[in-house]
Amino acid sequence: MSELILKLVRPLAAPAWPYALAHRAAAIVRPLIFPALILAVWQGLGSFSLIDPVLLPTPTKVLGALYEMVISGYLNPHLAISFQRVLLGFAAGSAVAIVIGALTGYSTWWRSIIDPTIHAIRTIPGLAWIPMFILWLGIDEGSKVVLIAKASFFPTYLNFMSGIARADRKLIEVGQVYRLRGVRLITKVLLPHSLPFLFVGLRQSMGVAWLVVVAAELMGASSGIGYVLLDGEMTGRAQIVMACMIVFALCGKTTDLIIARIAQRVLSWQDTVEKE
Amino acid sequence: MIDIQRLVKKFDDFTALGPLGFTFDQERILTVIGPSGCGKSTLLRLLSGLEAPTQGRIRLDGETISGPNPLISVAFQEPRLMPWLTVAQNVELAVWDRPDAERKEAVQAALVKVSLTQFADALPKQLSGGMAQRVGLARALVGSPRLLLLDEPFSALDPLTRVRMQDHLLEIVGDDGPNVLLITHDIDEAIVLSDRIIVLDGPPAQIRRDLVVDLPKPRKRSSREFQEIKELLLADLLPERIGALEEAA
Repeated sequence: MSELILKLVRPLAAPAWPYALAHRAAAIVRPLIFPALILAVWQGLGSFSLIDPVLLPTPTKVLGALYEMVISGYLNPHLAISFQRVLLGFAAGSAVAIVIGALTGYSTWWRSIIDPTIHAIRTIPGLAWIPMFILWLGIDEGSKVVLIAKASFFPTYLNFMSGIARADRKLIEVGQVYRLRGVRLITKVLLPHSLPFLFVGLRQSMGVAWLVVVAAELMGASSGIGYVLLDGEMTGRAQIVMACMIVFALCGKTTDLIIARIAQRVLSWQDTVEKE
Repeated sequence: MIDIQRLVKKFDDFTALGPLGFTFDQERILTVIGPSGCGKSTLLRLLSGLEAPTQGRIRLDGETISGPNPLISVAFQEPRLMPWLTVAQNVELAVWDRPDAERKEAVQAALVKVSLTQFADALPKQLSGGMAQRVGLARALVGSPRLLLLDEPFSALDPLTRVRMQDHLLEIVGDDGPNVLLITHDIDEAIVLSDRIIVLDGPPAQIRRDLVVDLPKPRKRSSREFQEIKELLLADLLPERIGALEEAA
């Protein structure tokens, strides 16, 4: 009986590797089918003049515009200044978030003092701040960076605070039994425990920073990808607008990947399988 | 000597423990056994300084215990290792306040005791349940405590590993190790290990029986004396069972 089963199974089991290879290839290709379809339809609509190319430039035209901006060097200074704004704002916002989040996460007293106000401020729409920031800090870099900093503060603050506040009581008890208190308890137990939460917050903050830089650069800037985008709109060149959208997507994805990689390295002790 | 006097612990209106008092000194391993929820874990938390008594006091060699004390250490039901620290770093946590050289030496010695020197640099996620529990034990031993509190430390392990860990504990405690106060609900474990067994009732936790076990170690589980003690303890813990047994006879 068992021999029979073996005979039945072997012919199926033998060609396993080409099957596995095909399976992997399919896994890579499958998510690309839908976007490829969209691109094809999009290109077709333009090529056969079914839609006015002024309203919807074809993918090839958009890529052409992007290629030209990169090759001519026109894009570089704008890219640099956008990156600078995002990184400065993100760094400032998340740094303040980490300090305040550690405080309100650790101490219920401080939480009851500060946290409700932060949540109240959070509900004010981001764009509503723009006039005030311009009034206070002028139209230059200051107001833009502060707007980005304010926006990237909240995700890091919320995640990090709850990470510290929700620390495992059992591990804290271990710390207490071995007489760890105050700063030592924070650095040895609470902080490492909340690092996974912190990284979730940082990734969200970085995402928000890229969202807000567009708003910041649309409100009267003379440089930055957002400015290039606005300029494309003003001069009726939709392909420039769409090329800028691609640049934003690539920038956001790149910075997110960098943080994700750092997180992977720092959190290698986690007993979980995290897949992108 | 550990001296517990008229100890009472209340949580709001609920009395979890007491009044309860006993002393122990000579016995290497004292086991506290009782049904779940009877307040034995509360006793351990009071002894470890994680909770403060509502009334009464605990004294160790004449000094009143108020809060965590370097002379008293705990191994919990779960290993409770910091997942971001290596085995050696986890053990080191218990002696962070010692000078460098002394600390390293103590960690090394503790890892030798639990035969985990090869795994000093491993992360907790790489350990089996029994190994992780041994790291927890090493961390409890590294500071050379006067009193070692064990809160059902082997209850989550598979039966074979549990027996191995029990033998291991006897070796570690030996003649010059710390006094051990073991909390368990495993009657066999209590009889195999203990020099004295206290049966608790509750809540509020109170002493139902205080029994000295002077059988030589290692103990055979099949011996008549072992079985007699077991019946005695079973009768304490499951009083309703006596009636049923008599009826059956």
